[in-house]
Amino acid sequence: MNATAILAATGAVAAIAAVLGGVLGWVATRLRSDPDALVERIDALLPQTQCAQCRYPGCRPYAEAIAKGEADIDRCPPGGETTVHALAALLDREPRPVDPQYGITRAPRVALIDEDRCIGCALCLPACPVDAIVGAPRLMHTVIAAHCTGCDLCLAPCPVDCISMVAPADGQPGRAAA
Amino acid sequence: MKLRGLRLDSHKSRPLERPIRVVPPPATLVLALDQGSGEDALPVVRPGDSVRTGSVVAAASGAAAALHSPVSGTVREIAVRPTPRGASRCIVIENDGRDDPVAPAAPVDWRAMEGTALIEHVAAAGTAGLGGAAFPSATKLALARAADAELLLLNGAECEPWICCDAALMRERAADVVLGAQVMLAASGAQRCLIAIEDDKPEAIAAIQSAARAATDERIEVRVLPAVFPLGAEGPLVAAVTGREVPHDGWPPQVGVVCQNVGTAAAVARLVQDGRPVTTRIVTVTGSGVKQPANVEACIGTPVGELVAACGGYTAEGARRIAGGSLTGRSLAGDDVPVTKGVNCILLATDADLPARAAEMPCIRCGDCATVCPAGLLPQQLHVAARSDDSAALARFGLSACIECGCCDYVCPSAIPLTVRFRAARERQHLADLERRRAREAKARYERHQRRLAEQAEAEREAFDDARRRARGPDSGGR
Amino acid sequence: MDAALAQPPHVIAGFTVPRVMFQVLGALLPVLAVQIHLFGLRPLLLVAVAAIVALACEALALHLRQRSVRPSLRDGSVLVTAALLALAVPPTLPLWQLALGATVAVLLAKHAYGGLGQNPFNPAMVGYAVLLVSFPLEMTRWPAPGGAWDAMTGATALDTLRTGLRQSYTMQEIQAGPAFGHIGATGGEWINLAALAGGLYLLARRIVRWHIPLAMLAGIAVPAALFHVFDPGAHASASFHLAAGATMLGAFFIATDPVSAATSDRGRLVYGAGIGLLTWIIRAWGAFPDGVAFAVLIMNLAVPLIDRYTVPRIYGHSG
Ligand code: SF4
Ligand code: SF4
Ligand code: SF4
Repeated sequence: MNATAILAATGAVAAIAAVLGGVLGWVATRLRSDPDALVERIDALLPQTQCAQCRYPGCRPYAEAIAKGEADIDRCPPGGETTVHALAALLDREPRPVDPQYGITRAPRVALIDEDRCIGCALCLPACPVDAIVGAPRLMHTVIAAHCTGCDLCLAPCPVDCISMVAPADGQPGRAAA
Repeated sequence: MKLRGLRLDSHKSRPLERPIRVVPPPATLVLALDQGSGEDALPVVRPGDSVRTGSVVAAASGAAAALHSPVSGTVREIAVRPTPRGASRCIVIENDGRDDPVAPAAPVDWRAMEGTALIEHVAAAGTAGLGGAAFPSATKLALARAADAELLLLNGAECEPWICCDAALMRERAADVVLGAQVMLAASGAQRCLIAIEDDKPEAIAAIQSAARAATDERIEVRVLPAVFPLGAEGPLVAAVTGREVPHDGWPPQVGVVCQNVGTAAAVARLVQDGRPVTTRIVTVTGSGVKQPANVEACIGTPVGELVAACGGYTAEGARRIAGGSLTGRSLAGDDVPVTKGVNCILLATDADLPARAAEMPCIRCGDCATVCPAGLLPQQLHVAARSDDSAALARFGLSACIECGCCDYVCPSAIPLTVRFRAARERQHLADLERRRAREAKARYERHQRRLAEQAEAEREAFDDARRRARGPDSGGR
Repeated sequence: MDAALAQPPHVIAGFTVPRVMFQVLGALLPVLAVQIHLFGLRPLLLVAVAAIVALACEALALHLRQRSVRPSLRDGSVLVTAALLALAVPPTLPLWQLALGATVAVLLAKHAYGGLGQNPFNPAMVGYAVLLVSFPLEMTRWPAPGGAWDAMTGATALDTLRTGLRQSYTMQEIQAGPAFGHIGATGGEWINLAALAGGLYLLARRIVRWHIPLAMLAGIAVPAALFHVFDPGAHASASFHLAAGATMLGAFFIATDPVSAATSDRGRLVYGAGIGLLTWIIRAWGAFPDGVAFAVLIMNLAVPLIDRYTVPRIYGHSG
């Protein structure tokens, strides 16, 4: 083995390293992940129940917290195992069970207003995160079952406790039991 | 276009040894609201109502055609009963045996009618795809009209083993088929009609050819196809006859074709001959489990047991009851399951007819399944994707294009129940899609809600500021 | 009845995996017969030993994996692995080495990945490759045909060719040597002919389809012919390559192992051509006597990629 061969080999390796390094650098700048896009993609995996059980005021805020690394992926009971797995796959983390401190995963339910007892106070209207309750002051209110996500948020404000959570009627596209 | 599929033993000769037999209407008829298309017709009668032969008992709705009473009598109940597709709500009618028609038989002067008016007639008669899908024929004809389809394709391929009701019909009632073709040409606005028949039915081919000659209508021609399963399925049939492919998210009229079954054509012919709606159909009763296999003409709603009785009853061996053929037929719950418009065959199969499957083994990636798949899929890859419910892979490998023909299952040396897996995967994907759509909608409403709350807060603050300004008096000016 | 079985289709062809495997075994008989004719009964002994060891390993692995042992033993796939390995190695190979190869093939290449249908690499070729790197001497000496198996052993034609070319003999001089027959190697050409016969039988019975064998033979023959035309002194002819080494055995029996091959028709053309080309490259410039085993293993690596890009067009979908 002579000096030229050694030089040639070193040179070749250096050249390959330089080229590959350049490519990697270029790829890194071109494909830099956009934080908003990440929030979008996380949000797309959340069930959009908007129930705030994750201690954030809705799915989007929770998605932002996950993207910033402030919250773990195990806080969404409505999404259950399916959602955790999807998030884990997206973020390349280890899937884990939903932390029971935030609630347990239940079969899908929808709110039902007992229309005889409803006093038309309108307090539940702003509470519903997805505008699934229709009504006006002093008129009886009702829940559009197809729009209801079963978040329970309308139960607390009702002064006469006339709202209950029931199993969705046949034909309602309830959440498939995970 | 490569024709993929299977060449199979047809098992059709025994029922064809006899002419079509008419089964008398039974004492009780069970009219399933879902006649095979997967959607329920809307009942327009109540228990206790009396009905006459040909009265409407359920109105058309979506993919369900109108439903008429085949007999006169009384509606006993409307209840969920076992049907060929599992279970559905059914109108149960007690036959009073008088066969009292709702209107006297009257021919329709179809040659003098507009296409759209004809289509309405076809719809009112409850005409549905008698090949098995039971999709409303009028809807297809209307689509064809709207898309200016040039070709009416009558499906007499009847590719599936054991089934031969269309073969019997074409052999004995070829003139009806040709007349029906003429009516549907007028209704759809198509310029020509091809009647596709597989080459294992020489009698049917000859009968239809001579009927077409007798009708002296050169728009109607017979197209002989090789006997390959599943050539009679809509997509493969269109490809085999025209070389065109129906878009995966579209309808045959988009490529200028409207497909109808030959049985449907015969039903339309009867409609214009005497004005009566579809209340009977021809069913093949076959298999080693029945004494005298035959093709029978029976009222819609006749229990399967009566059909078997009309064919000499069961043989000694135990038999499985299947509605349809050996590859795509559905297992039946029992003898009281009624005939629907979508039932073309009752196969009473002994173990010798349909030997049990071998035990399932792992996929060896032999690719035999892909060489027979009429949709050009790779079932071996779909199978892997279905096992992990990988939506992206399922979409990439074309799960939605699978016609559930069973060809892949048939050839798989590992005896993997591929079709069952694909059907299940499709159902799960469907649920997941619904779920995703719901989530999208909930998200949109949530965002609207948030915007509204923000706007309200803004408005309130402005109102508050305003009020404060006014309280300080007009002279104090701005802030 | 099992719920799944009450669903359509209600009948299947019943051409099962064991029947496929036993047809493949049957198609290997001509190769075995020629080897026996050339080398005496020793090849038979090799096949028997490999089969017994492989079956034992299969049973052991299934037992350890807590699977039912019998149906999988009966499927015959492990026998095909054993037979291919035994027919690919020189008949003079010590039995314990062969047994080691069979063990590696079944335990490491097959069951470590999850058993039938799961192995990304061709088990027989993994066993062969391990033997080749572990025992290069024993694995490259083939007995001279006709004599008693231990009478005299020598390098194969491919080997002679390589060393000859390195020592700057011309092609004509090398091919006059005793290792060469009419078109390929003495003996070797008969083995290849026998493998071709078995392969044609498999083609006729539709056990293997034409894509992989044809693509692989073309992948060897086309570059060989081109280089032979331009430089006949340094490169053997296409017919020599087709009749030498494990070409035919590879094309019809090894490369066509469906589990580790690409799975669509187009993918299989790519896969077969890749094996052929690599085989020829390794033969022409590599350090090993034959390239089939390594070519197959390398292309096994590429299978996921090939499968990714060769999904056929679906009915009713454009593009
Ligand atoms: S816990 Fe409720 S609000 Fe939080 S992400 Fe899950 S569904 Fe959305
Ligand atoms: S036929 Fe069966 S074993 Fe062969 S590739 Fe298809 S699924 Fe796998
Ligand atoms: S069942 Fe689906 S995947 Fe199988 S052959 Fe038929 S169309 Fe292809």
